[in-house]
Amino acid sequence: MSSILRIEDLKANYGGIEALKGISFDVEEGAIITLIGANGAGKSTTLRAISSLVAASSGAIEYRGEDITGMDTRLIVERGLVMVPEGRRVFPNLTTLENLKIGAYLRKDEKGIEEDIEAVYALFPRLKERHWQMAGTLSGGEQQMLAVGRAMMSKPKLLMMDEPSLGLAPLVVKDIFDTILKLNAEGMTILLVEQNANAALRIAHYGYVLETGLCTLEGTGAELLGNSRVREAYLGRTKAERQSER
Amino acid sequence: MLVNWPMLIQQVVNGLTVGCLYALIAIGYTMVYGILRLINFAHGDIFMMAMYFAFFGITVFLIPWWAVMPLVVVVTTALGVLIEQAAYKPLREAPRISLLISAIGVSYLLENLATVLFTGIPRSFPSVPHFTEMVIVGQVRIQWLGFWVPLIVLALVVGLMFIVHRTKTGMGMRAVSKDMETAKLMGVHINRIIATTFGIGSALAAVGAMLWGMKYPQMQPYVGVMPGLKCFIAAVIGGIGNITGAIIGGILLGLLEILIVYFFPGLSGYKDAFAFIALILILLLKPTGLMGEVVTDKV
Repeated sequence: MSSILRIEDLKANYGGIEALKGISFDVEEGAIITLIGANGAGKSTTLRAISSLVAASSGAIEYRGEDITGMDTRLIVERGLVMVPEGRRVFPNLTTLENLKIGAYLRKDEKGIEEDIEAVYALFPRLKERHWQMAGTLSGGEQQMLAVGRAMMSKPKLLMMDEPSLGLAPLVVKDIFDTILKLNAEGMTILLVEQNANAALRIAHYGYVLETGLCTLEGTGAELLGNSRVREAYLGRTKAERQSER
Repeated sequence: MLVNWPMLIQQVVNGLTVGCLYALIAIGYTMVYGILRLINFAHGDIFMMAMYFAFFGITVFLIPWWAVMPLVVVVTTALGVLIEQAAYKPLREAPRISLLISAIGVSYLLENLATVLFTGIPRSFPSVPHFTEMVIVGQVRIQWLGFWVPLIVLALVVGLMFIVHRTKTGMGMRAVSKDMETAKLMGVHINRIIATTFGIGSALAAVGAMLWGMKYPQMQPYVGVMPGLKCFIAAVIGGIGNITGAIIGGILLGLLEILIVYFFPGLSGYKDAFAFIALILILLLKPTGLMGEVVTDKV
């Protein structure tokens, strides 16, 4: 398989500090790739740099063979590289339906938009029930569904998700991860940023570990899950493991 | 005390007329603030420029008034968009205070440009018979403006509400006003939305300026300063960033000014001070304004 996104030696400053100190990784078409790491490791900054919300100070971002470094966010979205931002960020003053419609802001095919709204409703029936409600009044889980549905309306080829499990109840987190698997099974490439490393590595084909702006470790999901350093730093060892080590 | 009904009705119509004009201009302040978090101090001077455009259109170029009106709206809209492009767009990533300073700069620039180009000599806005003639119903004497202004403002507000709530651009505006960054991620063309907002605000100010000129014909390059300040206050009273609030704030302020002078004629010399007293009171009692919501400042 070929890579859909290639990051090379990406550096970026954020809030006056060098948040990315030269990160390189590949996203293979059709795969679920995850970036894990502690708070402040540069995971979100990486996604924001790819979307051009943060300017890269050096390095290259290549998407489907095209250099998109520093390109207008709008044009990146137009090319099918779409991000679900951290904290959901639905528009609270717009209805659920309007939030979905604004995801299709760049599209002109009215009929296709209608069909895709129905497709989102089929995936998240709760959103259909609440289509008239202001998004600000939805629960956290519903807002996350809406944020994913809204991103789907942009017809993404590569969907980047920033901490989709943040602040959600375990059952809802499971729903969201099931949805990610479902979308991937339909052929969508996913780049997933998570602090919940355990859940992310379980569904990911390949993962990268970020530490203070550098990519320190990579491997398949299973490899990283089994790696002792990853277990220690991000997964938390079980009581049984600690006892057996004595 | 015996109420002088005809007089009171005249004053209420008068207050409503002024209030509707305040509302029209206040919308421009509130929409720009909603999107850029900027108090566009040049708004009152855009209003002044529109008055001069209409003045020259009618008295120098001898264009009939019904043709001047749409023309002035178009030219003023272009001016508003031009100001945005030249003075605010380059500061998109700059701290908010730079934007504010730029707005004050544009305000001084327009006032002085008008003084140089049009001289400081006070001029008289041409009267348009259909609007300025009196209607006499029984003992009540009202200018036609008293009917036209609320009707025109109502039509414009309905049109504006349609744009904001029923069109794609309007949806973009509402999204940008809440969360510009996420709107970008949806592919919303931020600069186009901002330019449209300035255009709409300036167009409404242009209509307001012409109707204002018919009601208060005396004009000079600083004619926009006081209405500008008062309409800014109206927007704050209503809850800045909220369009409905700006309309309510404007109408309330207009009625307040006229009726206080009617009931307490001794205070007529302090007429311009009422708006500022109202501002102080609202900031003390309900700082977010009548319709405003409590928003935590974004980092």
